[in-house]
Amino acid sequence: MSVLVQLSYFVASILFIFGLKAMSSPVTARKGVMWAGVGMVLATVATFGHPSVGMENLTLILIALAIGGAFAWYTAVKVQMTEMPQMVAVYNGLGGGSAGAIAAVSLMQGARSDEGSVAAAMGSDVALLALLGAVIGSVAFSGSMVAWAKLDERLKRSTLVEKHQQWNIALAVITLILAFWVFHTGSGLPILLFFVAALALGIFITVPIGGADMPVVISLFNALTGLAVGFKGYVLGNLALIIAGTVVGAAGLLLTFLMAKAMNRSLVNILFSGFGAAPPSAESEAEGEMKEVGAADGAYMMGYSDRVIIVPGYGLAVAQAQHKLWEMVELLQKHDVDVKFAIHPVAGRMPGHMNVLLAEAGVPYDMIFDMDEINEEFEDTDVVLVIGANDVVNPAAREDEGSPIYGMPILNVDYADQVLVVKRGRGAGFSGVENKLFFRDNTRMVFGDAQKVVSEMVQTVKGM
Amino acid sequence: MIEVGGLVALYVFMLAAVAGYEVITRVPVILHTPLMSGSNFIHGIVVVGAMVALGVAETPMEQAVGFIAVLLGAANAVGGYVVTERMLDMFKSSKKEDG
Repeated sequence: MSVLVQLSYFVASILFIFGLKAMSSPVTARKGVMWAGVGMVLATVATFGHPSVGMENLTLILIALAIGGAFAWYTAVKVQMTEMPQMVAVYNGLGGGSAGAIAAVSLMQGARSDEGSVAAAMGSDVALLALLGAVIGSVAFSGSMVAWAKLDERLKRSTLVEKHQQWNIALAVITLILAFWVFHTGSGLPILLFFVAALALGIFITVPIGGADMPVVISLFNALTGLAVGFKGYVLGNLALIIAGTVVGAAGLLLTFLMAKAMNRSLVNILFSGFGAAPPSAESEAEGEMKEVGAADGAYMMGYSDRVIIVPGYGLAVAQAQHKLWEMVELLQKHDVDVKFAIHPVAGRMPGHMNVLLAEAGVPYDMIFDMDEINEEFEDTDVVLVIGANDVVNPAAREDEGSPIYGMPILNVDYADQVLVVKRGRGAGFSGVENKLFFRDNTRMVFGDAQKVVSEMVQTVKGM
Repeated sequence: MIEVGGLVALYVFMLAAVAGYEVITRVPVILHTPLMSGSNFIHGIVVVGAMVALGVAETPMEQAVGFIAVLLGAANAVGGYVVTERMLDMFKSSKKEDG
């Protein structure tokens, strides 16, 4: 029986790796997630034949599987596409919590064994990885929950205490000391204290990080959970966990660096300085004034031009205007306007999030272009329509060395003949930085809710 | 049970890390979020470890913590799958042939 279980884990591991591989191309992505799904079902079912899964706790296992699965299925089916990033954060956090809880069980068993200490009972190497996985899993769990609260705009504050940095360091040191104690202990108390410290550490690390940096942090926690799962695999002697966890850990770390690079921020910078806390520099005061036009005028500008590029941002998704926008694009195409979508790597709340939202509205993915593909084309473009995007089109990132976003790669929309900006109000963007683009001579502002503005534009183009 | 201690595990860690790295390097930006979600689903395999941990739990405390482990792991796997599937469901090409 055990051989059959191991064989199932082997097949599941193959399915995971090839599934992930298939997920890296839009054409095969759906097949990929299905393969991985088959692997998951196979591994889970096979585990019922695992020699450690005795009859006594079988009922408990089934109940836990049912409750956890049902809760996740219900929330995942109901969640709006715009809220996807925070849900990914939640499910990821749960995985981290699971890894932490597994470590807790192993450590408790080690502590109450006859050997006298965790290290002696488990072996030093296993105990060490159990502790490492426990810290990482716990931090990923509590940190992801903070990330969720921040993205869901339930948590706005960026400090818990004064001298936050010193608190973080102190907590990290305390966690380390407690881990050392657990390593040599034969009782349960240090294990409890150790987990409390590790969970607190996750909260303290994540709270000061600004909302704009959160996607990178979620990606990092995703990678960390993978690593924790890999370490748990070593503790439990389970190859499927080692392979799947490590693959995700490596892939996730790379993805995190790619994201951080797209925002021109180093990971150290994101984790140890508060972006949101940075005060706007005095010189970044914009000169000139905003020039406002109505939605109908904006629609005429686009209708009578040859080449239009649309730059969508999170504001578009929040207003649920992507369907209306696609309707307008189809109408413009009937007027022989060449329309393209330009997506900044961090448009939306996560890289690729905006692509998902546009895909939901029915925009074919071959009309959507990455920043690198399209940045040269703005010079030959008649009208650029910026909807709900702000920081990613701010020329200050290119020109103003004093700006907090200086150096971040941006879409060069200001090179186009005309720029139309649809914006809800006159306030600054997510990062709190004033946008000079709005004051340029070739920029026209359309103030209003994106949904309303685009609807009006649709009516205007229909009448042309 | 197959022995996966020491050096063998180190090899497995190394090879799995290379596989994970290779899989991501050529991915287009449009798939970053679905891929993050997909990898999030794959580490839901932790549920298998949780089942084993709960399987060997003896004291009530261990059972309680093990129960939580399985519950959270199952939520990770199921939620991760549904969310990824929903996202990928939306990718369509303007050419109809691969509907």
